[in-house]
Order: sequence, then C-alpha cells, then structure tokens
Amino acid sequence: MALDRRLVYHFDWTLFVMTLGLGGIGLLSVLSASWGGPRHALDPLVVRQLVWIGVGTTLMAAAAIFDYRALATYAYPLYVVTVGLLAAVMVAGHVTGGSRRWLNLGVLRLEPSEVAKIALVLVMVRYLREEPPRGGWSFRQMIIPGLLLGVPLGLVLKQPDLGTGIVLALVTATLIFVSGLNGRVLLVAMLAGALAAPAGWHYLKPYQKQRLVSFINPQSDPLGAGYHIIQSEIAIGAGGAWGKGFLKGTQARLNFLPEQTTDFIFAVFAEEFGFAGSILLIALYAGIIARGIWIARHARDRFGQLLAVGLTAIVFWQVAINVGMASGVLPVVGIPLPLVSYGGSSLIAMMAAMGVMISINMRRYLF
Amino acid sequence: MARWRYHSSSKQTRAVPRIEPRIAILSALIALVLAVVTVRLYYLQIIRHKEFIELADRNRIRIHRLPALRGLVFDVHHRPLVDTRPSFDAVIVPEDVRNLKQTVARLEGFLSQDNIASKLTQAEDEGRPPFDPVTVEEHLGWQQVVSLETHQLQLPGVSLEVMPQRHYIYGPLAAHLLGYVGEVAEGDLRHANDYRMGDEIGKFGLERVFEGALRGQAGGQEIEVDSVGRKLKLLREIPEIPGRSVVLSIDLDVQQAAEKAMGKNSGALVALDPNTGFIIAMVSRPAFDPNIFANGITSVQWRTLTTDPQHPLANRSIQGTYPPGSTFKLIDAIAGMQDRTLSPETSYYCPGGLYYGNREYHCWRKQGHGTVSVHRAIVGSCDVFFYQVGIHLGIDRLAQWAHMLGMGEKSGIELDNERPGVMPSSLWKQKRFGQRWYPAETLSVAIGQGYVAATPLQMALVAAEIANGGTRYKPQFVKEAEALDGSVVKNFPPIIERRIPFNPTVLDIVRSAMCDVVNGVGGTGHAAHLDNIDVCGKTGTSQVVKEAGNARIAEDKEPMKYRDHGWFVAYAPRDHPKIAIACVIEHGGHGGSSAGPVVHDVMQKFFELYPPPGIKPAGSGTGAPQAAPSRTPEGHPAGSIVERGD
Repeated sequence: MALDRRLVYHFDWTLFVMTLGLGGIGLLSVLSASWGGPRHALDPLVVRQLVWIGVGTTLMAAAAIFDYRALATYAYPLYVVTVGLLAAVMVAGHVTGGSRRWLNLGVLRLEPSEVAKIALVLVMVRYLREEPPRGGWSFRQMIIPGLLLGVPLGLVLKQPDLGTGIVLALVTATLIFVSGLNGRVLLVAMLAGALAAPAGWHYLKPYQKQRLVSFINPQSDPLGAGYHIIQSEIAIGAGGAWGKGFLKGTQARLNFLPEQTTDFIFAVFAEEFGFAGSILLIALYAGIIARGIWIARHARDRFGQLLAVGLTAIVFWQVAINVGMASGVLPVVGIPLPLVSYGGSSLIAMMAAMGVMISINMRRYLF
Repeated sequence: MARWRYHSSSKQTRAVPRIEPRIAILSALIALVLAVVTVRLYYLQIIRHKEFIELADRNRIRIHRLPALRGLVFDVHHRPLVDTRPSFDAVIVPEDVRNLKQTVARLEGFLSQDNIASKLTQAEDEGRPPFDPVTVEEHLGWQQVVSLETHQLQLPGVSLEVMPQRHYIYGPLAAHLLGYVGEVAEGDLRHANDYRMGDEIGKFGLERVFEGALRGQAGGQEIEVDSVGRKLKLLREIPEIPGRSVVLSIDLDVQQAAEKAMGKNSGALVALDPNTGFIIAMVSRPAFDPNIFANGITSVQWRTLTTDPQHPLANRSIQGTYPPGSTFKLIDAIAGMQDRTLSPETSYYCPGGLYYGNREYHCWRKQGHGTVSVHRAIVGSCDVFFYQVGIHLGIDRLAQWAHMLGMGEKSGIELDNERPGVMPSSLWKQKRFGQRWYPAETLSVAIGQGYVAATPLQMALVAAEIANGGTRYKPQFVKEAEALDGSVVKNFPPIIERRIPFNPTVLDIVRSAMCDVVNGVGGTGHAAHLDNIDVCGKTGTSQVVKEAGNARIAEDKEPMKYRDHGWFVAYAPRDHPKIAIACVIEHGGHGGSSAGPVVHDVMQKFFELYPPPGIKPAGSGTGAPQAAPSRTPEGHPAGSIVERGD
C-alpha cells in the first residue's frame, strides 16, 4: 500500500504525542513504584515496560497507516479468536491473586481480556454501523449486540475480572446509545438495570462484596478490604499540591500501596507529583478523549465515527473507574490506567487503538 | 430485521445526523465525570493534605522507645541502696536462623529449657514477622550467659539482649520504704499516657511515690519501616533523660542495726531525727525481698505474698495500727497538766485497782503503786493514776491534746496507704456508732486501750515532739534528688507542720519521768539503758484480746495471737536529743522486755556513729562512715526550714 502524501500531512501528531506522553508518565511511575534505591538494580519491570512502549509505538504507527475500513472485514474473525483466547484462559490460564487471567505464550504472557475490549468494540461497531430505523434501535434489534457482549462478558466474569467486565458493558452501552438506541428502550433498560443491581449482588464473589462494603465504609475493615482504599487515599492526599518529588513517595516505596505498578499506579504518581501532576495527567486523558470525540465527529463514515467513539469510550471508562477507585469515590475493581499501568497486553492494545484513531483521523479527507 | 437492513447500503452517507447530538450528550457526561474526579483530587490533595501526610508518616515511622535509666537510691552517706544492673534475655530473630530446628535444639540444651520451640510457634501464631526478634528466655543466669556467649557461632540468629533490671542491694532491708517496681499494669496505662506496655513503673513505697523523679524520660528512635514493619533506616534519635537519683535520710548502718535487732519478730520500728523529722531507719516485719518483683514475679510468689496471713507487703510502721498501751500515758500527763486538771504535785493512791461505775479497773501491778505523783506514775506506769487523770480530764479534752500531738491523723509522710489510727472523742463515737460516750470508756483510752490505735510512726513523732519542745515536723525520708553527675537538683528542707503550745514546765516533768523510766529506780524500761547517754523512754503493753479495739487480731485463734503487743517509745540524749524511736513488737509481751532491747540496740549503734560532743562512744566505731555529717539542727540553716502556717 503506497502511502499517500496527504496521509502524512494529516497524521495526528497531537494524539500521537499525548499517547507517548502518557506512556512516558507510565514508565516513570512504574520506575518509581518498583524503585529500590540508587544502589539497587533497575527492576526488570521498567525495562519490559520500555520495550512494550517501543512495540506499542510501532504498532500504533502501523495501525495509523493501515486503512481502518478494512478492520470491518476482520471484526468477526478477530472477535472469534478473542473469545477463543478467553475460553483458553479458562482452561489453561495462569492464576495470579485468585484470578485466572493470563495465557502463557512462552515469550510473553497475554491477557486476552485487554484484547477483548478492542475486539468487542470492533465487532460492535461492525454491527452498529448500519443506520438504525426511525425512532432508533428497537429492543429486538439489540439481541445480537447483547449476545456479542454476553459471550466475552461471561468469560471475563468467570475469571473473575469484574473490572474488565464492567468496562466491556459500559463501552457497549456507550456505542449502542451513540449509534441510536430508541429513547424508550433506553429508559426501560436504565430502569431494568437499576432494579437488577440488587439482584446482581447475589452473583458477586465474597471478596467483591467485601470490597463494596469497604467502599461504603473503609474503616469497617481497615486492615483488610478497606486497606487498599485507605492507603491509596493516603498516598494521593500526601502528595499535596506539588507532590513529594520523583522517587520520594513513601507510600509506594515502602509497599503500603497494593498493586502499585498496575491498578493503583495513579496513587504512586499522585503522591510524587501532587495535584499539579494529577491535573496534568487528567488533562492528557481529557485531551485524548476530546481528540477522540473530535475524530468521531469529523470521521468520513459511520463506521469510523462509531469506531472512534468506541475506542475513546474504552479510554474514558477505564480512566474514570481507575482514578475514581484510587481516590475512593468508586469501589475497588481491578482495571488498568490506560497507557500508564504496567502490563504489555493493556499497553500495546491501547497504543494500537490510538493508532486506529489516528488512522480514522488521517483518512477524513480521503475518498 | 429486514426493515432496518433496508437502510444499509454500500454507499456511506456523508452525514450521520443522529450521531452528533448523542455524541454531545456523551461529551457532557464525560466532562461531568472528569470534573468530579478533579474535584475529588482537589479535596484529597489540597484540602485534606495535612491529614494525609500525617497518616503517611504514621504509616512509615515507628517509634522505638529507649527507656531511661532509673535513678539510684542512696543512704544518707551516699551509699547505694538500690541500683540498676544489666539483665540478659535470649532473643531469636527467626529470619536469621538457617536451620531453625537445630538451633532451637542447641539453645534448649544450653539454657536447659524445653519450651523455646513453643515460644517461637506462639510468636508465629500471633502473626509476628520473621525479622521481629522473639524473646525466648528472660533474666538469664551467669552460667547461661557464658554458655550462649561461647557458643555464639553455633547459634546463628540468637543474640543476648541487655535489659536494665532494678536491684535492691540489701534485699529485704527497708523493703517497705524502698518499695518495688514492676511492669506497668493496664489500669495505669489508661491515665499515664507516656507509659507503654512492658515499661517499668514504681509500684510501692519510694519507687512508687518518687516515680516521677526516678524514672526519667524515655528517649526514642524514629525508624522508617515498610508496610510489613521491616526496619529500613534511622530517621531521628531522641536521647533519653536518665532518672534522678535520690539521697535518703536513712542511715544504712542504723537501718541494718534495726533490722538485726528486730530479729524474727513481727512488728515495726521507726527512728527519726526530732530536729528535722527525717527518718533515720524504718523497719517493718515480716518483710519481703523486692528483687523478686524486678525478676518478674511469678504468680506463685505473688500468691504466697498476698495470701500470707502475716501480710508481709504491709508497711506496719505506717499501716499497722496498734493500741498504744501505756505509751499513751505520756499524752495523758501532758494533756492533764496543760489543762491544769493535773498538777505536778497531784497524787493519787493506787491500791492495785479502781472501782468506777460498777466495775473494777485493774492496775497492771496487782499490789499497787501506793500514793504516786505524775512522775512516779509515769516511771512505774501506774494505771490507776492515769484512770484518775482521764476521769478528771474527760475524753474530749484528752482527745484535743492527743490530736495536737498527731494521734488519729495521718502524719503526711510521702508513702502510700498510711493509716490515721484512731483517737476517739464523744463526737467521733457519735458519728461512728451513733452512741454517746460513756465516761467509763475514758478509762480504757487513758491507758491506751479501747478505741485508741496508733501507728509506730505516730508514736515516734510523739516522742520527737516531747524531745524537741513541741515542734511537729512532717516526717520525710528523701533529703536530695540529684542528677546523674551528682549535682543536687532538689533539696528537701525540713517541713514544720505546726508548733504545739507546750508549757516548758510540763515538758520538763514528762522528760525527767521518761529519763527515770530507763535509768531510775522502779523504771519499766531499763532494757534501753545506755552507759554514757541518758535515754528517755516509755514502755507500753497493749492488750490484744479483751480491750483491744482491733477486731482482726482479736478474732485470731492461736494462743500466740492472744499475747500482748510490746511498745517502746524513746528519744536520746536527754539534752539536745538526736534521735526519737518508736518500736512495736507484735505479741511480744511486755514492752520493756520485747521492744526495749531493740530500741537499745538501735540507740547504741546510732550513738556509736554519732557520739554527742564530749562523750566517748561506748563501743569501737566499727562501720562508722568516714565523714559523719552533723545531725543537729545546725546542719540545716534556719532559713531552709519550711514552716507551715496553720
């Protein structure tokens, strides 16, 4: 595929730079969270994250060059493969912290649920790119998207990975809403959801219930489930306006924070860079989201529009839940902070997604 | 399905109008959520920052307390009575042990113990991290210490921890005065917030009352720890401030002489300086060894001490209340003459008893004393004479003078649990029993029986007041508090509680009678006689059974328990007195023969050490301190005496 000069001209440097900026913040935070002092060797985590940023950047560039419209063709096969991987996790997954989330592929450990977010958006958009009838999607027309969501959602919840499950559901809901759900169906769905929530309590694992209880009252079990929330709030609050300085956060360095390279990486960053740093981080995410929405509004086709909305929604919901959880406004569920948390699968998947967004943006003047 | 499929076409439309407004709604939702997150971060990082930074520090900083070295206790000549010695504990850091089973087996062999493994298991069960040292054996003996030291290489992860341990050099000597220390109790922790579990605290006697001075101030290390409590580095060190040492007014030699003279008897002795109120010796028997508390008293030892019917933990010199018996006649004589119901010339005839009301009141001497004046009555301890004095005086005027001399009130000595004793009056009886006073009861009181009860300290103070002309000092036993380098931090001057308005003539009569008790013909206290010094004294024998007010003793069934308590109160020399003593021997029988010799031995030792000017010491001055400071009032400049206004 010959590269059109107009494409290079329209390359979205803003999105690219913001993505790499967040990747850089992530690298610093992973370094800080794993810092053992100047005399200790650099934690291999940091090196790996750097390698993944490199791989991710390459993949982002490749995705940008790749015509996103072709993705519609690969949506279903990719979806099937992902569901297959999720099923494989059930059988041969690697257990960490009581959950079966990883597939050991020799050189790398793949977390299929990270790929599933992208694959689900693709297949959803592939389906929803058809224009809805007058009045919007009816309930019956939502049966197929429901099934498309239901299969990976069920597999993810089985791991159990409540966080990813919530993200899958929210992203799907966002796409269905934007693509034109019937107003009345929307209302009924919201009501039904509100009524079903208490029933859902029944299906939660005891530790998940405990987390919800601790969220409502962290002091109910300050050394157990509430511990994570309390320590994370302490780290964030201790950062103050300007933070304690790079590598000077005690909460992370002395291991008071749980999952400090992944789920609670925001607390590590907020302790060391304070409110100023947090605002910068939130601003970068807001920039990426705003850019994503701008791309959606300016995309040439409905597929591109919805794809941009879907990928932006993945970023938004994960940021909102992750930061909300770390700062104690949402219950603890394991969700990575996109582009920042340690982890190859998430990082590479997110960077590839950003590449797709760039691709959509580049091609708005074509055809 | 077909209906909406109809709209699908391969040709993409340029505008998709329905998406735009929905994206706008989505954008608004996103903006709202991000705003909420930002506000939340502002709240945590700006508004509540101070609170969280404190919590973060509390997370990472552990305070390791370094208890201060407890102050020493010296006698009046600066000879140590109580010090602090190193005590060794065996400690294991499980993490540092390579082969735990083998090490524990070896350690159990060296210490001849078999419970070390179980102690380690217990520590593990409590969730102690493996880098936390576990104390497996406390207060090691020297053999055990040497054994561990020499086999150090075979015992990786085992170390000795040195802990300060209170040491009472002379064991039970003056145990009730010195008191003891122990681990702080949970109850104490609640109202003393600078104490922590495991701290040492004064529990009794001097150790308790002067806890604030002796203890000093614990220092501490601020140590940074990680989330599991592993020590990472020392952030700050606050040096501890060692406790003050105290110099007592107790003289070790006199105290030892008193302890020896008391022998195996139960009872108490108080010797004090009548010119200052400072205690020279204080003995209570039976005693205990305060070292067993410092070693960590076992429950068996504690039970034995607390359930002993002899109550060895009670300080009888301030907690034991006994009928003063005939020693009370000194108070009768003073009260009678001061009140002018009795003149020095008044005589009564003693036929060996007295009929009052419808009952006969005996004199201890069945054949009687004949016609006696107050002098002869004191010397011969005539009961009938003092029955008469009591009848003429009445209980309330007698009580008034007795109170003035300190009967029925706490002396104010800075020791816990002092008891006031009893000096009855008609008002007292009305309050206590709701009954009026029967004049016949005055007869019992007049010979120191009935309701009246006094502590040995109170009687020593009575002797001191007679000796010094009526000055009531607060009894004290600490002269100085000093810093570690020996500099005096606080001086304790004598404190005058009040001056008793004695008529000098009255005192002269009483004093000369007391002198004849010990030295004169027919005196009851010859046992206390010294060859070259005029000892003045008064014997007393208090009945335990019939007329004793003390129900506890009366109820005891053993024959020994029915025997009388023997009293002796004395001061010496007759002119310029230097020492006043009261001694009670429980169930010792007659005071002259039981308590008298004890007082004799203490006096003899005292004057051996501090001979009055112009008099050669009777014995050779063995054990005399090199520099014997003056105990005369001149030793305390007049300005340094604190007088309390009434």
